[in-house]
Amino acid sequence: MATYIFVVKWLHNRNKTIFGMKLRRDPFQAIADPTRRAILVLLAAQTMTAGAIADNFATARPTISKHIQILNECELIEASQQGREIFYQLKADKMKDIDQWLGQFRAIWQSRFNQLDNVLSNLQIKKDDE
Amino acid sequence: MTNSLQFDFLVDKVKNTITLRREFAAPRQLVWDAHTKSELLDQWFAPKPLTVKTKSMDFRDGGHWHYAMVEPSGTEYWGRLDYLKIRPLDNYTALDGFSDPHGNVNPELPRAQWDVTFQDLAKHALVQTIVTYKSLTDLETVINMGMEQGMTSTLERLDDLLLTLTK
Repeated sequence: MATYIFVVKWLHNRNKTIFGMKLRRDPFQAIADPTRRAILVLLAAQTMTAGAIADNFATARPTISKHIQILNECELIEASQQGREIFYQLKADKMKDIDQWLGQFRAIWQSRFNQLDNVLSNLQIKKDDE
Repeated sequence: MTNSLQFDFLVDKVKNTITLRREFAAPRQLVWDAHTKSELLDQWFAPKPLTVKTKSMDFRDGGHWHYAMVEPSGTEYWGRLDYLKIRPLDNYTALDGFSDPHGNVNPELPRAQWDVTFQDLAKHALVQTIVTYKSLTDLETVINMGMEQGMTSTLERLDDLLLTLTK
């Protein structure tokens, strides 16, 4: 489990270097901003209208709208019309995330075990030489 | 790389366990050593291109393995595995965790328990690793940490990377 996070962190650091210059549509750029991260945290708990989101910040409403627009463009959140109001929600599907994570967890262990195969094979060759 | 070695991956979403069963083309003693001696763990425990650096290893009941996973750039991520109960050549249980360079475990991050069993399989050895999370919430915390670190595009690149690693 710890390994999984280490691998993700490393990839993230590497991506930051490789993709240092980015278009606004890049999700990395989107979450680089603390206000946008705070919006994602709010939406993790429930779907909300732009007004309800803005109520949580001291920042002017048009600024919050801009942040919401960027998150929407990055496909991190999605909008749905309910009556006259537009509600925003996180796009991530929890169960899908868990299944994806399990696949990655499996692959990390598989890669580990393949390396262990090599270690074991080298140890046995060394033993035979002795 | 031979692909004929058994590899099972079983998930129990009710009990919050993940069971990995893997066969190794080596005698049980050697496979046990590779899991329990730091100089050998250093050689396989990190998925490429990360590497492992052991700071201290005290393989006994109540002891721990304090290590860093190191990026090619030199950035270090610290982890600590606390050994609970060891039955040489048969089984050990341990708690996985995140730590700092001094070995202090971060109590706010979830830990998973490992139950690792070694068996003879003709001339090979079979290792069963059961990873248990306290709750689905713990698992979600870890997933969300991954999401925070890089969101979806990193995770997609992780899939690509893992695909090349497991070939």
